Amino acid sequence: MSADLASGAVTAVDLANAHFDRIAAVDGDVHAFLHVDREGALAQASAVDASRKSGEKLHPLAGVPLALKDVLTQKGVPTTCGSKMLEGWRPPYDSTVVTNLKKAGVVILGKTNMDEFAMGSSTENSAYGATHNPWDLTRIPGGSGGGSSAALAAFEAPLAIGTDTGGSIRQPAAVTGTVGVKPTYGAVSRYGLVAFSSSLDQAGPCARTVLDTAMLHEVIAGYDPKDSTSINAPVGKMVEAAKKLDVKGMKIGVVKELSGEGYQVGVLTRFNEALEALVSAGAEIVEVSAPSFEYALAAYYLIAPSETSSNLARFDSMRYGIRIGDDGSRSAEEVMNMTREVGFGKEVKRRIILGTYALSSGYYDAYYGSAQKVRTLIKRDYEAAFAKVDVLVSPTCPTTAFKIGEKSDDPVAMYLNDVCTIPINLAGIGGMSLPCGLAPEDGLPVGFQIMSPAMKDELMYQVGGTLEAALESSWGKPLYASAPELAVK
Amino acid sequence: MAAISRDEVAHLARLARIEMTDAELDHLASEMDLILESVSRVQGVAGADIPPTSHAIAMQNVMRPDVVVPSLTPEEALSGAPAREEDRFKVPQILGEE
Repeated sequence: MSADLASGAVTAVDLANAHFDRIAAVDGDVHAFLHVDREGALAQASAVDASRKSGEKLHPLAGVPLALKDVLTQKGVPTTCGSKMLEGWRPPYDSTVVTNLKKAGVVILGKTNMDEFAMGSSTENSAYGATHNPWDLTRIPGGSGGGSSAALAAFEAPLAIGTDTGGSIRQPAAVTGTVGVKPTYGAVSRYGLVAFSSSLDQAGPCARTVLDTAMLHEVIAGYDPKDSTSINAPVGKMVEAAKKLDVKGMKIGVVKELSGEGYQVGVLTRFNEALEALVSAGAEIVEVSAPSFEYALAAYYLIAPSETSSNLARFDSMRYGIRIGDDGSRSAEEVMNMTREVGFGKEVKRRIILGTYALSSGYYDAYYGSAQKVRTLIKRDYEAAFAKVDVLVSPTCPTTAFKIGEKSDDPVAMYLNDVCTIPINLAGIGGMSLPCGLAPEDGLPVGFQIMSPAMKDELMYQVGGTLEAALESSWGKPLYASAPELAVK
Repeated sequence: MAAISRDEVAHLARLARIEMTDAELDHLASEMDLILESVSRVQGVAGADIPPTSHAIAMQNVMRPDVVVPSLTPEEALSGAPAREEDRFKVPQILGEE
């Protein structure tokens, strides 16, 4: 698309319109979008076309359409976070991610569906209805960023933005056969990203190929004084790394603890084939042990809810969002209680209560304190592993996409789906998921996860780009080209 | 024995400012029991000598220069307000009658 735009074969307005047509045709079944901003996107696209016509030198992604997860603010465009709490809210400011996208000329088509406040692994927790996986409409598209990944897999957008607190970019990418990257914590500004768990949240790029993801990464990353956890260092050369197509002499560690029992046979089959492809490309595979990873999930489900209970206290019905029961007779506290009862969904309430408990006096040391210590152990496991290898790999998820409704009544089973993606958020390092084939037993996409040390995100692009090229040459076409046709309306 | 009682869950809901129905409290109390059982495995894993980690990428005292930059206009800041009066957020009564 980038080349066709540069040569003038298509205009940004054509591209935006083509994607709006596609959205109109298939989104009734997929439900990837919560809001389509036709007017705003076409204005942005026309501006790009005009600049190009006047001979201005543009970014390679200028005019390329993108789907934005509804947890990032965009001035004047509804931002709900998948929650009733923010129904109708139009933020008065742009998030830094959006500012950077606009600066590069990327055209924002609309806002995508998600689990409420990014809590979930299936997008079933959205207050606005579930999103369906384009590979099989009866299955989940992953979560929390299921709208973004489904939009890519359904060809409703070529680029998307997700956010990843415990796997919300990578797990949706895995189950929809797309690519998603969680950059090193602090690489992409959190300004204007509605907070769920501040020490874990990170926005990142999503696309159908590793190279597209790398290009988008370079657009959104960079130091931002508006985010005190933003890393003040130059952005690495992700595009260059994705184009290297060479892993000769690299050491790749397979995490022993992220495999075996509980993993679907077909997931492990495709994962092992991908390892063989990397060996053929010249990499050395080493088995690495990370003993503390078995406690990562438990630590995460204490740390994230604890931060949630504090972050979501801001939804108090006073300054923005909905307000319930304010009839003049009730106190602010009563109105707050009623609003939060109506505004928050089941999963959000569950996590607020869990976090409130974990932080309460008498339980703090036993729960939150212990979880923070486990976090130290996990960080140390990674440090020990990266002393021996360049990157680590594992399946992204233990299984392919499950059925909608299958796990919605069993929170613990749902949480288990994140077992491979969570350790990297706790350690703050980078992680990528890219497709490594279809599981033989169900024909659904399998994700391959690459983890790179903090501030060395380019390594996962180098390995990911090489693996993608090797697998595509063995398949004869990219995986996304095998996705089933969707009924067009 | 249950790790957490229904009354405790009701107390937490009050602390979190969420009015919950009896059915919700019943359901949540049983779920919390299961969740607490599975997350309690973090206890005793790390010895007393292991320091806690609150942020993976450690930073301290990050400040920005004290420079005045443009901010939202009152109109913009109030644009999402559930209720307003002139240039102010209008909120329900905060203090008691006395």
